[in-house]
Amino acid sequence: MINVFGRSLGAPSHLTRLVLLSALSVALMMLDHRGQHLEKIRTGLNTLAYPIQLVAAAPAYVVRHLADFFTTRGTLRADNEKLLAERQLLLARLQQFEALEQENQRLRQMLVSAAQVADKVIAAELVEVSAEPFTRKVVVAKGSHDGVYVGQSVIDAHGIMGQVTQVAGRVSRVTLITDAGHAIPVVNNRSSLRAVVFGTGNPDTVKVPYLTANADIKEGDLLVSSGMGGTFPPGYPVAQVVKIINDPNESFLSITAKPTARLNHGKQVMLVWRGDAPKSGGKTK
Amino acid sequence: MRLGADGRRRATLIGTFAAAVILAIMPFPNWAEPFRPDWVGLVLIYWCLAIPDRVSVGTGWLVGFIQDILYGSLLGSNALAKALVAFLVVRLHLQVRMFPRWQQAASVLGLLLANQLLVLWIRGAIGQAPETISYWTPSIVGAVLWPWVFIILRDLRRRGGIS
Repeated sequence: MINVFGRSLGAPSHLTRLVLLSALSVALMMLDHRGQHLEKIRTGLNTLAYPIQLVAAAPAYVVRHLADFFTTRGTLRADNEKLLAERQLLLARLQQFEALEQENQRLRQMLVSAAQVADKVIAAELVEVSAEPFTRKVVVAKGSHDGVYVGQSVIDAHGIMGQVTQVAGRVSRVTLITDAGHAIPVVNNRSSLRAVVFGTGNPDTVKVPYLTANADIKEGDLLVSSGMGGTFPPGYPVAQVVKIINDPNESFLSITAKPTARLNHGKQVMLVWRGDAPKSGGKTK
Repeated sequence: MRLGADGRRRATLIGTFAAAVILAIMPFPNWAEPFRPDWVGLVLIYWCLAIPDRVSVGTGWLVGFIQDILYGSLLGSNALAKALVAFLVVRLHLQVRMFPRWQQAASVLGLLLANQLLVLWIRGAIGQAPETISYWTPSIVGAVLWPWVFIILRDLRRRGGIS
């Protein structure tokens, strides 16, 4: 083996160490990928990582709060007026919504199908740290102490953002629907066509593969979650179809869509507990 | 006095790696993300070149593992890649040290690309490979920044009394 300067002959060579550590890495990767063998260890490690994440997020946090501090009175008043107007509008629509929900429940009872109970939602703040390059994950400041579980859906005001994939005490990691490893079952709001939306790793595009040329889907269609698979609650907007390319050489359409949730801006997200299935431990890819 | 010098050396090493790790997870706007170099990789390459008898495969694996934890990526993926990079640097350190700066940067480019390729393979194997060509830009940015990283770290090494 190679002889390294300054190292006694008894110590293992670099090559030996590389081989041993590679074996260890491969074993770790297999355990981590297949099954929940490492769940406990992962939770512990994530909890240890939290202080480092806080340090890394500190500059952005300070800058944001300074910006808040120096917001002028005029801006605040304008914001306030805008929000009040918006609130009126939303309340007005909510009245109608409640009536509709009751009607929906009555109709469901008549059909003897399971009544859908409203979902419980809490807000969570983002911890501003970057994930591994070219993955789409965010860290939120709510963890198992707050009842967050793996597989839980995360939404914002405009649609589904993703799902919780790792939980620690005070924080959890959310894989966004744009991550290359993520898939979510959807239904076309217009035609009730079922499909699956996959992430690509790009920050603002998702794709809808495996649809043939005769599928009833058009540019501009809204895809909402179908609730199939039990991980995501049904009926939340997911993405809007942007572009459909029909290449005769390919067996499937190439469909690009844009997530409706604002995945890249905003510092607040909402965690959803499903009204009908509070304990569904969904599984991610 | 001896202990103080030892402590200072250790602080310099740990400090540079800690700074690299923090820089690696600092929030970045989305458009700028492809231009963020692999700071941890650069710092690791420097120390493996400078003191290969103290910083090598084991250190590489450890910082890669820390990266895995902070990234929430598959445990062991970055650790494996970083251990490999450290191994290659230690094997080649006598040649690379003699290279002129630009040629050194070219070797660093090769090392960083090897690191990324290994990570891409692993992520591809579990079906999470990113579908974008800009995946490779961090290595190029890293190689371009290498001369400055080298100068800064050499300075810190001398101040820390590491030879």
